[in-house]
Amino acid sequence: MEIPEIVGAGLIVIGAGLGIGRIGGSAMEAIARQPEATAKIQTAMLIAAALIEGIGFAALFAK
Amino acid sequence: MHYNIFSKLSVSLALFSATSLIVPANAQEQSHQEDSDSIGVYIKETIEHHLSDSYDFTITEGVSFPLPVILYDEGIKMFMSSEFHHGESLAEVNGNFYALYHSKVYKTEANGVLWLGSIDDNHRSEISEKIKEGFTGKLTIRSEEDVSYYMVQHASSGHHDSEEDQSEVITVSKCDENGQINEGEYPTNAKPLDFSITKNVFMILVMAISMFFLFKGAARAYKTGQTPRKAGRFLEPLIIYVRDEIAIPNIGKQHYKRYMSYLLTVFFFIWFMNLAGMTPLGINVTGNITITFSLALITFLITQASGNKHYWMHILWMPGVPVILKPVMAIIELIGLFVKPFSLMIRLYANMLAGHVVLMSIIGLIFVFGSWLVSPAFFGLTLVLSLLELLVAALQAYIFTMLTALYFGSAVEEHDHH
Repeated sequence: MEIPEIVGAGLIVIGAGLGIGRIGGSAMEAIARQPEATAKIQTAMLIAAALIEGIGFAALFAK
Repeated sequence: MHYNIFSKLSVSLALFSATSLIVPANAQEQSHQEDSDSIGVYIKETIEHHLSDSYDFTITEGVSFPLPVILYDEGIKMFMSSEFHHGESLAEVNGNFYALYHSKVYKTEANGVLWLGSIDDNHRSEISEKIKEGFTGKLTIRSEEDVSYYMVQHASSGHHDSEEDQSEVITVSKCDENGQINEGEYPTNAKPLDFSITKNVFMILVMAISMFFLFKGAARAYKTGQTPRKAGRFLEPLIIYVRDEIAIPNIGKQHYKRYMSYLLTVFFFIWFMNLAGMTPLGINVTGNITITFSLALITFLITQASGNKHYWMHILWMPGVPVILKPVMAIIELIGLFVKPFSLMIRLYANMLAGHVVLMSIIGLIFVFGSWLVSPAFFGLTLVLSLLELLVAALQAYIFTMLTALYFGSAVEEHDHH
């Protein structure tokens, strides 16, 4: 049976979502532990999330 | 690339239109099914039209103004896009004829024929003869071995009776014996080099000029005193934010000044363009891959041009790893060189495009369901997502500038530990 490509795209999006979720969660914990480092943590979080997001978008255009 | 999203979108639209049958509405299921299908097609076309670049600026349904078309085809040819009549008629410049087909300009003969897909040269002259006689519809050409069928169609719907002398655009495509045309064929006519002021170019020019005066005005205030005035009050904190939070931490105190002009330009250009995309004018500049490609290319070129000895050393002959690994690392680093700007390009393009597609398909769902019960929910969803898009507009500008600064920083970084 042939699996439609949209299923693969969905899998990638699930993976990217889990990844960004983990980044967000870890950043939350880190901020709770060290509120004074909030700005630095947020920056690092956004960069890491943006890099994963790029892969997530690749799924949209993959064919 | 665009069409792929639309095919996926159409799948989801089809799913939703299937579920819409459950919602109590019309009793006649058959006609309702057909209705939602045609609405789905209409929504798809509207979204496609909204996202793609065009030769005229549409303000609302039926209200639009033409923009200049500039072609280079043995000399510069210039005319207004209104001469195309939305792709229905030919534009003539000094004996050269141009036709508009799906937002692209093609060169045609005087008869205005666009050949869709590959069509036999021997058949072309025969078809041209028939067209001269005023032929429309299915054309059958018999040769010794086989029979070919062609469909000759006039681009105009035929019910505008003024200006009869205007030459029409005619499309010729292959078809089967039932008159079914092969879909998705593109004209094989020559394409002249296109330097037109399209909708996107027009918006970039408008934005560039208004940004010039905005920032010039903000800068002028500092000549007389230290307090910003007018727009400067709004811009100063943002400029300082870019300097203190983006440029200095990533590039370093020593070198950041050289890059400030580019970082500020990129930040405000992307941000303002993203915001312009949130207006209902159908502006989609940052969601156009050619524009994000250009931005990423400039970042790439500046990074490479400002790379110092250590930067190239770390790419080509990584210090601190075993010698056997060094060539492998060099290959990976060289690939990374191109992946970085590539990801910049895709991230901005995909984010903006996806945002627009999602917003408009949710608005489209209101018309697919056509029910008072669910419309308020979609309206609320659109509102919330629009607010999210406002955040994304600023966030993407920030991330693009941030990563650009990061790449510049890696290029100029000094290594004291050697």
